[in-house]
Amino acid sequence: MKELRLMKGNEAMAEAAIRCGADGYFGYPITPQSEVLEYFMAEEPWNRTGMIVLQAESEIAAINMIYGGASTGKKVLTSSSSPGISLKQEGLSYLAGAELPCVVINVVRGGPGLGDIQPAQSDYFQSVKGGGHGDYKLFVIAPSSVQESADFVKKSFDIAFKYRIPALILSDGAIGQMMEKVELFEQEERLTDEQVIEKYGSWATTGKTADRERNIITSLDLIPERLEDHNKHLQAKYAEIEANEIMFEEINCEDAEHIIVAYGTSARICQKTVQLAREKGIKLGLMRPITLWPFPKAKIAEYGETKKGILVVEMSEGQMIEDVQLNLNGKIPAIHFGRSGGVIPTPDEVLIAFEKHFM
Amino acid sequence: MEIIKAENLVYKKTSSMTDKELSYCPGCGHGTAHRITMEVLDDLDAIKDTIGIAPVGCSVLAYEFMNIDMQQAAHGRAPALATAVKRLWPSKHVFTYQGDGDLAAIGTAETIHACNRGENIVIIFVNNGIYGMTGGQMAPTTLPQMKSSTSPNGRDVGTMGHPLKMTELIAQLPGVHFVSRQAVHTPGGVRKAKKAIRKAFEQSYENKGLCFVEIVSNCNSGWKMEPRASNVWMEENMFPYYPLGDIKVDGELVSK
Repeated sequence: MKELRLMKGNEAMAEAAIRCGADGYFGYPITPQSEVLEYFMAEEPWNRTGMIVLQAESEIAAINMIYGGASTGKKVLTSSSSPGISLKQEGLSYLAGAELPCVVINVVRGGPGLGDIQPAQSDYFQSVKGGGHGDYKLFVIAPSSVQESADFVKKSFDIAFKYRIPALILSDGAIGQMMEKVELFEQEERLTDEQVIEKYGSWATTGKTADRERNIITSLDLIPERLEDHNKHLQAKYAEIEANEIMFEEINCEDAEHIIVAYGTSARICQKTVQLAREKGIKLGLMRPITLWPFPKAKIAEYGETKKGILVVEMSEGQMIEDVQLNLNGKIPAIHFGRSGGVIPTPDEVLIAFEKHFM
Repeated sequence: MEIIKAENLVYKKTSSMTDKELSYCPGCGHGTAHRITMEVLDDLDAIKDTIGIAPVGCSVLAYEFMNIDMQQAAHGRAPALATAVKRLWPSKHVFTYQGDGDLAAIGTAETIHACNRGENIVIIFVNNGIYGMTGGQMAPTTLPQMKSSTSPNGRDVGTMGHPLKMTELIAQLPGVHFVSRQAVHTPGGVRKAKKAIRKAFEQSYENKGLCFVEIVSNCNSGWKMEPRASNVWMEENMFPYYPLGDIKVDGELVSK
């Protein structure tokens, strides 16, 4: 039976993790995402499903617990906020290199440095360009509601295991903290140890039985040509994900002359901007990338042929704008409007910015 | 006369070690430490139920030599990996194999907190007082006045700090059940070290807490000595600072 609840985005992600049969959560407190760990500890999922929860000594330890757990084929996740996610970058690079499935949640706050604890979208580069060392990608998905926060936990685990890739949920302090109605999906059974071995025994370190060679999880290969082959293999996988897994939403785009491109909290704000513009007779639409990597490249390129201009609205000093401009290839102008440092733009100031540049 | 006959066989390489040629320098203690660890797992019939974690350092390739399921950790993070593995698979033997740079410098936090939580894992800590793989730099365990490539005039404790006795330090933590310091440069030492490792695997498997075995070892390449001289130097210099023997047994500190 489906269940309706009023929840914070952070709580909804924790509950969704329990319900989709996650085996373990490892996390460290940081505002504005501490409710994830707090929810787990209050909910005691070890009594509900057998899922384990551990408060680690640092974000670094937590991401390495994810590496250890994911290496055994178990369904594991961690969460943090911007400064903590920076600490996890080494681990994410190792996870990507070793092709380990896992889910990492970033409830973004203002930066750089310790910044503040208000909502921001200034971790886009770090998320989609590979924040750690080496050539790698994460699957990056950005919810814009509490409902999507819950649903994308499940989606992220599905993608993570389908492609053996770390998946990052890029939320922000607004979506993490606000309460909304959420329809929770039904509890799914956790896999038994035997099922984990059956499904993932070809690669996971679950103990070497006499009937198979040992399984090794490593990102190390000292032979350059072999490591290059591994990089090519990763790139082929990323190409497959780009071909199959792009998600976006278009609102009032069909007859629009201009488009706002925005994700997450910014997209919610810009929905109102589009409404205000339409009331004034301005043909404005909104395109919301849902997956930030893979990025809806083709859709942006199509706007280059069919629209007059694009306003990219981000709670940052301009990061996603670079991907929009790259895919427009100079065909039409794309301009950035943003507030940063934890400031949330209003629908009106977005409209004023739009009119200034395009009207 | 043909002496290679089955009936003359008194000892052989365990199948729990692969046939891969060891990458360690001739004379180094790592190979022996690997072998006795694997022999203990054989003796316990635990190969199928063991997950090992390799570090960064000379033993980064331990997974090429140990014929078991293994994970290779980021530098210093092996106890964090082992924590998750053991909690997700409580019926398995889980161990880390780490050097002194990995465990006592960059991984200090992960080591102390895994110990303090009393994770039911085994940590095998090979201490040779130097960073071997990167070419002989000063380690947290480098002795006072000892020369290395980053303490070319000897470790000046006034500016470079004192050698860290991690083993004595973690022995203080209530989560740690068994702590022993051994060496593998003599036959007697090998037997004692193997006994300690066996005890560590048995007791962590009984969920008594974290079990920790330090192996004080030589690094003849890093110390710039021929192997026998390095073992003599180890006895004369390392053992007084890092005395061999059990430090904590059955959860109680051993009084000296």
